[in-house]
Amino acid sequence: MVEREIRSVAGRHVGRVGGVLQALREVVLEQGFVSEDDQRVVADVFNISRADVRGIVSFYEDLKTHPPAALRVRICQAEACQAVGGRRFTRAVEERLGIPLGEQNEQASIEAVYCLGLCAQGPAFTVNERPFTHADELDLDSALDLLGEAGSP
Amino acid sequence: MANTRVHIPQDVSAVACGADAVAEDFAAAGLDVVRTGSRGATWAEPMVEMADDTGSRTAWRNVTADDVPEVLKQGNAHPKCLGAVDAIDWLAGQHRVVFDRCGTDHPLALPPTVALESRLDAAPTALIDEIETSGLRGRGGAGFPAHIKWRTVRDTPAEQKYLVCNADEGDSGTFADRLLLEGDPFRLIEGMAIAAIATGATRGFVYLRSEYPDAERTFAAALKRAYEHGMLGNSVLGSAHTFDLELFVGAGAYICGEETSLLESLEGRRGEIRAKPPVPAIAGLFGQPTVVHNVISYAAVPGIMQGGGSAYAELGVAPSTGTMAFQLAGNVLRGGLIEVPFGITLAEIVEGYGGGTRSGRPLRAVQIGGPLGAYLGQEDLDTPLTYEAMANIGAGIGHGGIVVFDDTVDLAEQAHYAFKFCEVESCGKCTPCRLGSVRGKETIQTILDGRAGPRELTMIRDLCEVMESASLCQMGGMTPIPVLSAMERFPEDFKR
Repeated sequence: MVEREIRSVAGRHVGRVGGVLQALREVVLEQGFVSEDDQRVVADVFNISRADVRGIVSFYEDLKTHPPAALRVRICQAEACQAVGGRRFTRAVEERLGIPLGEQNEQASIEAVYCLGLCAQGPAFTVNERPFTHADELDLDSALDLLGEAGSP
Repeated sequence: MANTRVHIPQDVSAVACGADAVAEDFAAAGLDVVRTGSRGATWAEPMVEMADDTGSRTAWRNVTADDVPEVLKQGNAHPKCLGAVDAIDWLAGQHRVVFDRCGTDHPLALPPTVALESRLDAAPTALIDEIETSGLRGRGGAGFPAHIKWRTVRDTPAEQKYLVCNADEGDSGTFADRLLLEGDPFRLIEGMAIAAIATGATRGFVYLRSEYPDAERTFAAALKRAYEHGMLGNSVLGSAHTFDLELFVGAGAYICGEETSLLESLEGRRGEIRAKPPVPAIAGLFGQPTVVHNVISYAAVPGIMQGGGSAYAELGVAPSTGTMAFQLAGNVLRGGLIEVPFGITLAEIVEGYGGGTRSGRPLRAVQIGGPLGAYLGQEDLDTPLTYEAMANIGAGIGHGGIVVFDDTVDLAEQAHYAFKFCEVESCGKCTPCRLGSVRGKETIQTILDGRAGPRELTMIRDLCEVMESASLCQMGGMTPIPVLSAMERFPEDFKR
């Protein structure tokens, strides 16, 4: 997004409850991240310091500062999914994609998520927002077929 | 076959198992498809229902797109047929006050709002008295009596009062809020409108976590419809009451489920917690009197008003009155949402409803009340689920999540995770939580590595004591609960 677009998005939230957070969120929904430059523009629109904006951005998991990978895998790391092999599934995905949890390369990222609300059907994960359940019953190849299928444009 | 209308959930728990493809195939076969919320029998999803001419429904469990032709051909003879919905034990045994409608119809089909209509002219104090009679306590985790919050907000002078609904359902093993928002959003809106009349609040916010995009879509659409039909706005159902309700979506922070952190976030800042007092009922959102309740607390209100506070109070075991929406999850055969009166035992839920572990291995531990809840063992299963009985064994019901583990669980690893989760999700404002979580994680790592002795176990106990007594909120204050309960009940896992 160019500066003019950021200004316009942020401007719509000025004066609204929780406006700064919602403005930042909307920028991320729009382009996948909110860069240092974008944060400067948001600070300017709301007439607050860049430190304030950075403080908000660094607090919330969703407010990424760098562009996301094309294939974004989020795997639940919480107890209900641990109880049905979530840790094992996470390790298998890490090995297959060649990146550890919490990292990304040119093609893919693996992110920890703490609960998707699919706790009776774990292990649960999402691929580019599409939810999957019962990862323990999928053999890894078919799981990755699903990953590939969901990840392709 | 004679049945022409088919009900298929659009709840994410069903969609994740292929419900959309099932719906497409039924529609292609010429049936009239209605997408519904989920009834909460998660183990049966996608659960497909067909209504006959009299409206009574028959269900099929775990239906895949491949099953559709055979279900249509064989009907009740199909091996996945569960028979009449009303006769499915798993559902029929429940007593639903909040979730009675959830999953029966399209979530945006406008339901009757009898409870709200009949209370438009009621005296606010009479509504609060009714809630007091019901004994309703906060369903988010703390179990605080609802009527005290309502009365405090009512009695605190202010130009603007607020209602806030905490839908930041981050506890692992819980999905009741999500299920209701996706399946019966008008129940929440109606409950909040009644609370608004009672407390004098004219503005409300539902703070929803971003991990629930389906709930966001459904609830946003429901809000729009509620305005169109005059349930919200300047004249609630034609009365003199004003109530404006907005949806606010968070940005990924477990701590925002803590009420003061949530208020900070709602004001657009970092979700760092506020020291209490003052409590939000006196100085909450923007410093104004604010009722903060969980989704299920508000959603219980219409049922209470309709049936009467005393009828609600007869359910359960006083002072744990009414029903609780337990959520059975983890390594369990038949997980899902079980709304029953307080007093049912853990065994009845885990073994009765749950049918034991999904892996078929022996059950070893149960965690109740989310990531800050206690790990319990076999010997605890006969404990009745009431706030009091749980407190007696050092546990809490929290938001009603029950996570089952089989005998492959390593409780030292779970204790390590409890500290790690606290490290990841701590807001950082107070030292016991911010640093205690890290030190705790490191110390348990020495146990996992076999490098620890009695000294490390003592250090963990000391650290837990500091966190419990000196943290500003329950994140740091309750992280010791899973750790210490695991050490106490499963000491063998900590010796290696």
